[in-house]
Amino acid sequence: MRTRPERIPESEITPRDVYLRRRELLVAGALAAGTALLPRLSLAAEVPAHGTIPNVKPGPFGTDEEKTSLEDVTSYNNFYEFGTDKSDPRKLAGSLRTRPWKVAIEGEVEKPAVVDLDALLEPHALEERVYRHRCVEAWSIVVPWVGFPLGDLLKRFQPTSQAKFVEMTTLLDPEQMPGQRRDVLEWPYVEGLRIDEAMNPLAILAVGMYGEVLPNQNGAPLRLVVPWKYGFKSVKSIVRIRLTRTQPQTSWNRTAPNEYGFYSNVNPDVDHPRWSQKRERRIGEFLKRPTLPFNGYAEQVASLYKGMDLRKNF
Amino acid sequence: MEGARRRAALQTAAVTLGLAPLAWLGVRALRGDLGANPIEAVTHATGLAALRLLLVALAITPSRRWLGLRWLAPLRRTFGLLAFGYACLHLLTYVVLDQFFDWQAILEDVAKRPYITAGFFAFLCLSPLAATSTRAMVRRLGRRWKPLHRLAYVAAIAAVVHFLWLVKKDTREPLTYAAVLALLLAGRWPQKKSKTALAARGETAS
Repeated sequence: MRTRPERIPESEITPRDVYLRRRELLVAGALAAGTALLPRLSLAAEVPAHGTIPNVKPGPFGTDEEKTSLEDVTSYNNFYEFGTDKSDPRKLAGSLRTRPWKVAIEGEVEKPAVVDLDALLEPHALEERVYRHRCVEAWSIVVPWVGFPLGDLLKRFQPTSQAKFVEMTTLLDPEQMPGQRRDVLEWPYVEGLRIDEAMNPLAILAVGMYGEVLPNQNGAPLRLVVPWKYGFKSVKSIVRIRLTRTQPQTSWNRTAPNEYGFYSNVNPDVDHPRWSQKRERRIGEFLKRPTLPFNGYAEQVASLYKGMDLRKNF
Repeated sequence: MEGARRRAALQTAAVTLGLAPLAWLGVRALRGDLGANPIEAVTHATGLAALRLLLVALAITPSRRWLGLRWLAPLRRTFGLLAFGYACLHLLTYVVLDQFFDWQAILEDVAKRPYITAGFFAFLCLSPLAATSTRAMVRRLGRRWKPLHRLAYVAAIAAVVHFLWLVKKDTREPLTYAAVLALLLAGRWPQKKSKTALAARGETAS
């Protein structure tokens, strides 16, 4: 006697695309359940992957100068990981995946850790800081960043008494960063600060600008902003923050030590060997304007360099 | 008659080609498409056009010699003058738009910034060539005209060096122009050599 195979109702058959994504869906479900259990702090930073950032408070040190247009700030970028032409990053940075994103905090800290970006940002209240940004190429912009003090983050991981410098590193992944397929610079990009510079309240880590999540070409998902230094010091797309005993080997300094110093504070009295730093062109303006010592932030940071010869330590 | 018409058409074509970068720059300006730093965009576009046209002008003699394209000869002056025109625009952009007649800053740049020194030197080399490009001047200078106009090569070398020293790190583009120029210089070498060889053997017409 032949038995007919039991028919499975159409409604119980898993659609093929769901079947193929079954592992992904299980993980997503577990994550959703997990996050639901976490307490929600009202102050905690919630940074979405795209779009507007909620709960941003106005921060200190803001300038009331006219902000540069978002269009200019997102289309005129020095981000060699996406090409050396200033129009390249906007065209090519789409390949950067900013989630999931992990940041390693290591070196001279009591609590080294590799932290997922969302967890890293969670305890920090986000502020808007409208800063002048001066490129070493003698142009400047005014940008409303969204971020929080770098010092607050460093303190969470408890720097040891040996921590004298902070070294920050950009993602290394030629798949996502096509500019890294050529040896224009030694990859990955590395920048650094002295610990007291890093702890200065003017130094921030930014996750957004103009109220929105950072566009990839501007250093998403996490970048440094040190407005009293030339732009290249403000390292983008950070994956590692390392506290060190000795001065880090920074990228441009390694490439051309006579042109780019470790400090690279904005200084109209010390010319770049190939161009003057006395004046700058504010993007959107015709006439050049005089460049200010420490980019106009002398009140906040000049004391960090008391007794130092800034011509030697350029 | 037929020949004259063909020559005129050739000149028109060359001038049209030579003015294309300027027209394109004008279109971009009208469309507001010069980017965040329009002055820099104009500086780069005019400088690049000057260098390219100078190299085109310098390519004429080797093309005549190696490819037998004798009909190209009259275009050498046309492209040379077009190159000088763009060099003038390039310099004017720098003096007027970029520095806005800040003569102290300009003098300092020329004296202290090697890439600007090189660029200015290239312009100085080109100026007498443009001034002596007319038929009357060619006649007046006679035998001295040719050695004077070898300055075109000095200008091209200085222009490439200007470009090379200007870029921060990525030297691919200026090195490409350097390679083209080296090729063009190499393309003239054998004739000079054979001339000297002939002279050494006392076989020249004189």
